[in-house]
Amino acid sequence: MSLRYGTRIILRRRGLYAPAYVNTSQSPLLARSWQRWSSVAASPASERVLFPGALNSKFTNALEFTRPSATEAIPTYRVMDQYGVVIDEHSGVDTTDEEALKLYSHMVTLSIMDLIMFEAQRQGRLSFYMVSAGEEGITVGSASALNPSDVVFAQYRETGVFIQRGFTLDQFMNQLFSNCKDGGKGRNMPVHYGSRQLNIHTISSTLATQIPHSAGAAYALKLQNLQRPDLPPRISCCYFGEGAASEGDFHGALNIAATRACPVIFVCRNNGFAISTPTADQYRGDGIASRGAGYGIQTIRVDGNDIFAVRKAIKEARRRALEDGGKPILVEAMAYRVGHHSTSDDSYAYRQKVEVEDWKRRDNPITRLRKWLEDRGLWDENKEKELRGKARKEILIAFDKAEKEKKPALRHAFTDVWETLTEEQKAHMNELRSVIERYPEEYNTDEYEGGLDGLKIEDSK
Amino acid sequence: MAVKPPVMRALSRSLSLRLRQAPRPSSPCSSKQLRTYSNEPTKARLNGSVDYSSTPLLNHISQSCLANPELPQHVRQSKTKRINLFQAINEAMRHALQTDERVLVFGEDVQFGGVFRCTMGLAQDFGNERVFNTPLSEQGLVGFAIGAASEGMRPIAEIQFADYVFPAFDQLINECAKVRYRAGDTGMDCGGVVVRMPSGGVGHGALYHSQSPEALFTHVPGLRVVIPRSPVQAKGLLLAAIASNDPVIFMEPKILYRAAVEQVPIGSYTLPLDRAEILKPGSDLTIVSYGTPLYTCQAAIEAAEKDFRCSVELIDLRTIYPWDRATVLESVEKTGRAIVVHESMMNAGVGAEIAATIQEQAFLRLSAPVKRVAGWATHTGLVYEKFIIPDVTRVYDAIKQSLDY
Repeated sequence: MSLRYGTRIILRRRGLYAPAYVNTSQSPLLARSWQRWSSVAASPASERVLFPGALNSKFTNALEFTRPSATEAIPTYRVMDQYGVVIDEHSGVDTTDEEALKLYSHMVTLSIMDLIMFEAQRQGRLSFYMVSAGEEGITVGSASALNPSDVVFAQYRETGVFIQRGFTLDQFMNQLFSNCKDGGKGRNMPVHYGSRQLNIHTISSTLATQIPHSAGAAYALKLQNLQRPDLPPRISCCYFGEGAASEGDFHGALNIAATRACPVIFVCRNNGFAISTPTADQYRGDGIASRGAGYGIQTIRVDGNDIFAVRKAIKEARRRALEDGGKPILVEAMAYRVGHHSTSDDSYAYRQKVEVEDWKRRDNPITRLRKWLEDRGLWDENKEKELRGKARKEILIAFDKAEKEKKPALRHAFTDVWETLTEEQKAHMNELRSVIERYPEEYNTDEYEGGLDGLKIEDSK
Repeated sequence: MAVKPPVMRALSRSLSLRLRQAPRPSSPCSSKQLRTYSNEPTKARLNGSVDYSSTPLLNHISQSCLANPELPQHVRQSKTKRINLFQAINEAMRHALQTDERVLVFGEDVQFGGVFRCTMGLAQDFGNERVFNTPLSEQGLVGFAIGAASEGMRPIAEIQFADYVFPAFDQLINECAKVRYRAGDTGMDCGGVVVRMPSGGVGHGALYHSQSPEALFTHVPGLRVVIPRSPVQAKGLLLAAIASNDPVIFMEPKILYRAAVEQVPIGSYTLPLDRAEILKPGSDLTIVSYGTPLYTCQAAIEAAEKDFRCSVELIDLRTIYPWDRATVLESVEKTGRAIVVHESMMNAGVGAEIAATIQEQAFLRLSAPVKRVAGWATHTGLVYEKFIIPDVTRVYDAIKQSLDY
């Protein structure tokens, strides 16, 4: 009886799958397992092993272990040197002057917003902040090389992506102050931005969880593009730090992205530190880039302080990600985290101030692009002053406006957990309301839109 | 065509599937030689009397199946066929794949039909772009599902055993459950996610093929937790889960995959995701349970009603969270006594929540403390399972104690 059952399964499989194609995502993995059963020992003359797990492996008589130190570090791609001089004039810069000026102004705006908001947090006017200092080139540059319909998953130090995509200063400030105009309804900590309109998924604090999301999203985009050829070809792009790459999610994501052939670019911002942990305590391989090949993923390491190099690398990565029905690409962008990890961190507790000052002076993405612009006669001290003054003014106007707004209505503490409010939630809202009504002195509901009435269930979804 | 004898792996798989069947005392399959490890005590009157082929909890004839008032009118006039629980799951996914091109089915070993045969034939019929194997990484595949759902797909991810869902806990709790809430008006959600997982005792699953981790999920706002007890429910609830815009944890009692066989409507239909079902009305005592233990409860009730001349109401919770408080409270208001039965460990289990709610809201109606019959505070060691998971005797005794209080 049971024999017949097993036979049936095998017969059905044999008829359906030709065991010819293996090791591609489109091939049914079944073919592989079938091959495993039917595989035979290699003939004495064969120079290749027939193990299904590594089809192209040759036999060797030498007992040699592969040592990571035997290979040189993966080179870092750059277009211009730290003095803003383009190294290979031939391949050169792919940016128009106007575009370069725009990228520069976005990076400067970001750095000024960082300074103001970091200070505002120090004054206790918002609860938390994280700067992007030293990594403006990676975020602004990569975002400028993507299509606006490409889907972005960020970690938290990618404010430049939001600026480049068109997130407005008002939107930044509303989120940072968690007011009633915050798209996130005041639920997230500051810097956890998001926008469906701009195709950037809401940031969550949990590290690396977004990496498998980006693989799944890329797979969805791939299928949707197959089902609807009229849509523009889209990819997803995922950012994370070198520390986050130690999480299991990184491994699960890169592996599934490769086996399912997902059109996704993984951008690792390797800035040397995960809070206080230096990379020497984070990994012992050749950075993150060296791992790409292990997953069968095309990989490049790029100078993150060189916005032109980042742009060119991401453009090419995007082109490749869409090739052959889709595939993942890994980009490791090297940088130095110039700022503290966050407003809750004093980085001089674990690194020398002089080291940071040195990096600030010696090389950073903003000054490098500025040098290039100046060499080209596109920029000077006056323009710099004007840009900085204007950006500062605009940020402060948005700051003031956002700070004055009320907090979102209290019912939003409960809405959006499920699609609609549950009976249990309605009971909890009523109970909370009743407590506040009986102890009005204990709560400040005036700060919230609609005050206590904001808890009325009729208004809620 | 020459028929090749099955190779060892296929043979052992088909053998193991056979052995996974629940004990069916009347079946010739349960030969003593094969199952020496699970002999039942020869004089047992209560334990070992659960008979899936005759239990009133399953629809053995078409008419009783179609009499279900929860089924839509056109389904009630349709035909039924006799299938087991894994086939019902398969039918639900087949229907979803057929009617909605956003639906994806994936997990470990899903493509060849799944280790429990739930995805049988789906890859062949819908292509391996939509039904596929993933690498062996629970956090990876659940994260993948969340990402796909957040871009508009409706992924049905399978965790091979509920015991192995824990690597994906972060993804389920910090991500899946919170995506809509944290996104607010910015417009993201991953409500299309359904995570299926076989759960519960199977007789010989030991530590890592027996767990029922539902209580760990009922402590998380934003998730729906569903456990069906029968093929009719499995199909209707799974289709409702797939249609739901909230993420759903769908736990399938694996012991019932082949054991629970009943008449199931051929067409598609959904069952509500927030309603308990009164399986048997009664006036003296309420038993609330879900999944496999319902059969244990049914057998215990049968014996107890005969022995104590009482009338017990049996409620299937179906959706463990959010759960149907109204139906349970209404029942306890009427009977004044309640027992909650589940396989997972007692402390902070689903029974704790139900008992606390009853105590809070039906205090004056209670004639006895709410009793919990649940797994003991231990792990499911291989040879101890029948002493750990609630059996007919323990439920029978709880009824007795509650009535005698």
